[in-house]
This record gives sequence, structure tokens and C-alpha cells, in this order.
Amino acid sequence: MRGYAGKFLEVDLSAEKIKELTFDESILRQYIGGRGLATKILWDRLGHRWETIDPLGPENILLVLTGPLTGFFPGGRICVSGKSPQSNGVVGSTVAGEFPVELKCAGYDGLIITGVAAKPSYIFVTDSHAEIRDARHIWGKDGKQTLRILTKEGREELKKRFPLYGEWKEPAVLYIGPAGENKVRIAAVMAKWTHAAGYGGYGAVMGSKNLKALVAKGRGPLPEVEDIEKVKALIDEVSARCYTNDSFRRWGTGAAGYEVGAVTSSEPIRNWQEEWHDQKSFGVDKFEQRVWIKRYWGDFGCPTTCLKVAMVKGGPFKGAIGDNPDYELQAYVGTNLGIFTPEENVYLASLIDDLGLCGIQGGNALGFAGELYQRGILTKEDLDGIELKWGDAKAFAALAQKIAIREGIGDVLAEGSYRAALKIKEMKKKDVTQYVVHEKGMAIGAHGVRSGKDYTTDISYACSVQAGDHTSTAYLPIYHSNSELAIILHDSGVYCWFNTFNLPRHLKWNFFKAVTGWEIGPEEWYETTARRILHLQRVLLLLGGPDLKWNPKIHDDNPPRFYEPLPSGPYAGRKVDRAKFEDSKKEYYEEVGWDKNGIPKSEVLKKLELEEADKVLEEKIR
Amino acid sequence: MSSQEPIWIVRDYSKCSGCRKCEIACSLFHEKRIWPEASRIRVFMLVPGAEFPHFCTQCDDYPCVESCPVDALSVSKETGAVLVDKEKCTACGLCINACPGRIPHMHPIENYAIICDLCGGEPQCVKVCREGGWYVLRVVSKADEKVMGRNRAYKLYARKPEEVTRDLVASLYGETAEEEWI
Repeated sequence: MRGYAGKFLEVDLSAEKIKELTFDESILRQYIGGRGLATKILWDRLGHRWETIDPLGPENILLVLTGPLTGFFPGGRICVSGKSPQSNGVVGSTVAGEFPVELKCAGYDGLIITGVAAKPSYIFVTDSHAEIRDARHIWGKDGKQTLRILTKEGREELKKRFPLYGEWKEPAVLYIGPAGENKVRIAAVMAKWTHAAGYGGYGAVMGSKNLKALVAKGRGPLPEVEDIEKVKALIDEVSARCYTNDSFRRWGTGAAGYEVGAVTSSEPIRNWQEEWHDQKSFGVDKFEQRVWIKRYWGDFGCPTTCLKVAMVKGGPFKGAIGDNPDYELQAYVGTNLGIFTPEENVYLASLIDDLGLCGIQGGNALGFAGELYQRGILTKEDLDGIELKWGDAKAFAALAQKIAIREGIGDVLAEGSYRAALKIKEMKKKDVTQYVVHEKGMAIGAHGVRSGKDYTTDISYACSVQAGDHTSTAYLPIYHSNSELAIILHDSGVYCWFNTFNLPRHLKWNFFKAVTGWEIGPEEWYETTARRILHLQRVLLLLGGPDLKWNPKIHDDNPPRFYEPLPSGPYAGRKVDRAKFEDSKKEYYEEVGWDKNGIPKSEVLKKLELEEADKVLEEKIR
Repeated sequence: MSSQEPIWIVRDYSKCSGCRKCEIACSLFHEKRIWPEASRIRVFMLVPGAEFPHFCTQCDDYPCVESCPVDALSVSKETGAVLVDKEKCTACGLCINACPGRIPHMHPIENYAIICDLCGGEPQCVKVCREGGWYVLRVVSKADEKVMGRNRAYKLYARKPEEVTRDLVASLYGETAEEEWI
């Protein structure tokens, strides 16, 4: 098998046992790696009793998987998955950094982590070796402290083992902050201070397993490939195309910070009460001149290096450090909280990262609380004295800290906006779910659908198997590069979607062939492989449970707010048209092979060799 | 390059994006694999944001060559690079200790030290860094005093990872940086 290290690590934290595991080539060809393989593993091991599995209980499985193209296709990522404590389905949540490369160089394609450790622990992976180590000394530490201690400790340990090797480069680390430790459902798995696998809530799953971090250092090469000369030429070709994407290289997704608010009018403002602003103080040039301290920052093999390092240089938030907020964080811990200055935005993004919260899910929960305060539903007393006024970065920071440690109202909001709304409904005897902008328990990405001018559409979130994930949206036509079926390739590959912009389609297939030797063309992909993964994710999403279950007839829908007209901006008055939405939904169901109720059709499942899934649906759902 | 002359790679660490394309280019050239630990140029990230490439700077007095007890190291007349004779090298590690920057390291699976050989005069790391527009690395003639000044004697880049990191962190994060970060 080419492109794969060929071995996976299965770590049983309860029994403190580690073993190696392999998959047949036929399984890997069908499920590739990352998101696809995660779905397969979860289905095989938990599918028959999925609805009884508590995502934060000992039975859930945490998956950390690379794919065959990881490290080869420019911009490697790793996929974190498991049963999601947000959607109760499977989310393939990817994060960049050097961890996936170190892991493959150590001889492993991924980790399958089960059980719960008796005490705070971390897993240390070196060349063909792995061990569970004590993490009591880092439990409770924030992101920056955690990474500092593990970097130092890892290098010292390696030096002790191999004193004559020379200087040891730092091992790579995936970790959780206090939010993950406290099983906050909107906690992320973090890397390099600022990188996050946010969607899905796998930081909480790590925390539920008493697992603080994964540390890897491999000295081997990346696996053998089918044709290294072709891989080299393809890396050059993809890179050359990325080098010409000037705007993206210069400002990253942050280039959208002004445009999505002012032009496409699809940016969350004050918990999505508006989607338009014209605040030029929030333009990219302001960030560049005021907070950037490094212009290009990136991860292993990335030609784009769209990240920037940012620091607040003066004023009350002086010294806050992070990456420059990308578009999503400019929106969710910026405009969504009524914040329009780069300094406050960098400060909040930096704090969210240190706490190990997902910026999108966290910013959505903070904005939801902000609206309840605005409406007088949550009071200063409910918030332990915080006056949660729009635009007050310190107030929102105080609330974020409470969420991360589950203190007071923070304990409620730690469940994520939708579950928090259900609790507040009980507390206040008042329905507040109409103010939650979510999809199946997950906050949606910062790209609204009401104006019709963004890349998202009325079915993007409603019909996605990854619910609110804006990087994996349902799309018509289903063969479009924005479609979830196309995205599954990147998430299973596993590499960065952003380095595929402007690539001719054949390049991806050529890349897969040069690495794995497999000729996966669009037909095999769209008709069979991607569709199989999509259907299996859909089945698990519909099985859901144990706390919440989704009925497509009710829950394949947009958040209530999207049926309210936009109050301001060039597209004022626009909203989701329910009749049109129902038509698109019907068409999408038909295209992917789901019946009129949104349930995968029996004949389609059988054609995809998912007979077991069909039986389960027949018994439990249809 | 028409006739090869000793060269030097000048560096601007502050521009390093941490993309590690230099490691990929180096290991593909020398090992025909993507192999970060077998790369002769290695990017360290002891503190995020403070990435930099760590590789041989060809000191004027070549302390590593001097230190080798088995004459496995020599200096290329064409490029000025340190060449390792892997048949002779015993992987004793004395060259690492002799280097003011502890730059050489062992080949990850074979028994010899690896040191930048300037790719025979056309360093692949410089090429890929330039193509991507980062310009961290630039080739100059070692004889060009306008570029080199007296910095060769200073062993400008022959510094330990912690030392380089400390300075980069001070320059990037200023007074916010904490001593304990490194």
C-alpha cells in the first residue's frame, strides 16, 4: 500500500494497553482515511447501538487519522473524529500543523483511542513506539503553557534516549485547554497555540477520556509512494497555482472580514440579528497595519501560508498574541459580539484559543447570551454580575472564561447554544430557541444564506451530514467543488481544502494516483466512494442520541432567524423562502439518494454495499 | 552558475513562515523521499511564530572538520561546503559538540552525521523559498565582502536553536515574551 504508513495505533486508556492495527487495502480504498475511515470505524464498532452511546462517556471512540495524501499534497492536516457531542453524529474535524507528518514519520497513520484514563494522561508516540504518560502536571494549564511544557519535556526525553543524535527538533502536539478538560461541548482539539479542530466538540471527548494531549516525533521518511517523481512534479504544480493567489496569500480568509459584512451581507452581527455592516475599521488593512507581527505563517508543506501572527501592541489588551483572526473568528468573536476593532478581536481570539474553546461554537454561544441579555431574558444577576453589552470585549471575555471552567451560567452555555437554550427555557419558563443560530446542535459557520450572495445556500447547513460545518455543506449540483461530496475527498485525504482552489480537477486524481497508485476518477468518487461515506454519516446522524435526536422532517431546516427578513444593508428584506427551500431540499434528497423524508433509500444503501445500515434504518428509523 | 565559486546562504529568519518546504526540497534532493529528519536543513519551532531554518553556515575555521577524529569531514573546494564521507564517519558526534550551533545531526537510520552540502552549488532550499516569495534564504558569493562584511568571522548563523529562538521571540513578541517560553 502506497502513501500509508500501514499501521494504526489502538490505545485503550482504561486498560492502559496499546496495540498496532492494520486495515485491508480494500477498506482503505473504500474509505481512504480521515473522515471516511473514521465513519467506517465508528459504524463497525458502535453502529449497532449508536443511539445509546454517550459522546462524553467511556464508550465513545476518539479517532485521530491522517490520510494517504497527508504530507504529500501541499498543506497537510489531520482529521479528529468520534461520536460528536454536538450533533450526535460523526463529524470529520480537521486541523493543520506538523502532528500528522510526525505521526506518519513515526510509522503510524492514525490513533484509535478508547476508554478513559484513570488519571490525566498524554500519549507519546515515537518511532514505532507509543506510551501513555502522566499529565497531572499539565492538567488545568492553558494552551500556551501546555504546549511550552510538552515541547520542553518531549525534547528532554528524546535527548535522554538518544544523546548522540544532535539537537532534537520539537515533537508536534495536539492538546486541549481547560475547556476540553471540563468537557465543554464546544471545546476544540488544539495545535500550535492557534490551530483548532473545532467543529464536533472533540476537545470535550478528549477531556472525557482524561487525555490532555497527543505528542509525536517520528524520524522516519513519509511512506513510499507509487511514483515520487510525479509526486514532486505535482507538488510544484499545486504550489505554483497557490503562489498566484495573491489576495489569499496576503490576507488569508481575513480578506473576507470587510467584504462579507459590507458586500455579500452574510456576516453574523449581534447574534445574526443583522448580516450587514459597513465598519471600515474592520478592514484587512487595519489588521495588517495595527496587529500583524508576521506576514506569512503556515504549516508543513503549505505554499499559501495564509496565516499571520498578530499581537496587540497597546491599549487595554496589550500583549494578546495569536494568529490574526481568520474570517470566521473576525466574525464570531468580532462582529457577532458587536466588536469592530482589530485589537479587541485579537484579544478575544487569543483568549478563546488559550482556553481551548472553538472560536465558532464559542462565539455563537457568547452571541446568543448577548442577545438574551439585550432582551432582558438573562440578567446581570444570572450572569454573576457581568453586564453583557454588545461591543464590550471584557464582558464577553469574562463569560468565555466562565464557560471554559463551567462556572455559574458558564455551565449552561458550555453545552453549546442549542442545548443551553433548552436549559434556559426550563430556567426562565420561556422559549428562547428562536434566538439560537444552529444546525442540529452545532453552531453554523459565519456565512449566512439570507442575502443569497455568499457561497452558501438555503440547503447548505440544513442538509449537511456535518450540520453547521461551513467547510462541508450540502450543495447543488452535487458534483460542484463546494459540495460535501467533493469536500469528503479533502477531509479523507487528509489535506487543506484551501490549497485546492483554482486547481484543474484532474490534478487531484493525478495526485491520488501518484501517491497511492489507485485510479480514483470522478465517477468512482462521486457515484460510489464519497456517496458511501456520506450515507453512512447520514445514517449515524439520524440515529443520534442519547440526549437529542434529529427527525429530518423537522430538523433538516434552517435556524428560525433565517426566516426573518434581513433588517439592513443592500439586501434588506431578504430571507429564506420556505417554499423554495422545500423544493431545493427535495431535489437534494433525490440527487444524493434519500427518500422524500430525508432517509437514505434502501436500494441506494444496498447498491453501496451498506446492507447492515439499511437493516438498522429499517428497524429504528423508517 | 557558470564557474562554481564558494557560496554562502544569507538568511532573514524573521520572514520564515514555517512552511518547511525547504525540508521537503532538501530531503527529496538527497534522499528521494520526503523526510524532514533526514533533511540537512531543519525548521525548529520551539515557540510558535518563531520558526527558523537551522543548517550549516560554513564557518571560516570549520571547527567540525577540525574535530573529526577519522577525517570523515572535508571542505569542498568548489562550494566551500562541508562534505561528509559516510563510509568513514563513525557517528561519534564530536562534530556536533565542536559546532558552535550544534548544527550537524545523525542520519535518522544510517550511521553517519549529516551536514548541508549546498547541493553542489545550487541549494534546493533557497530555490523553493524564493519561488514561494518568502525570501528567507539567499545565495551570495562567499568572496563578496559587500554582503559578507566581517560576519563570517562572527559565525553569524552558527548558533544553537534555543539562542536563535530567544532572539526571534524578543524581536516578535517584545516585552510580552516570557523567559520560560524557551
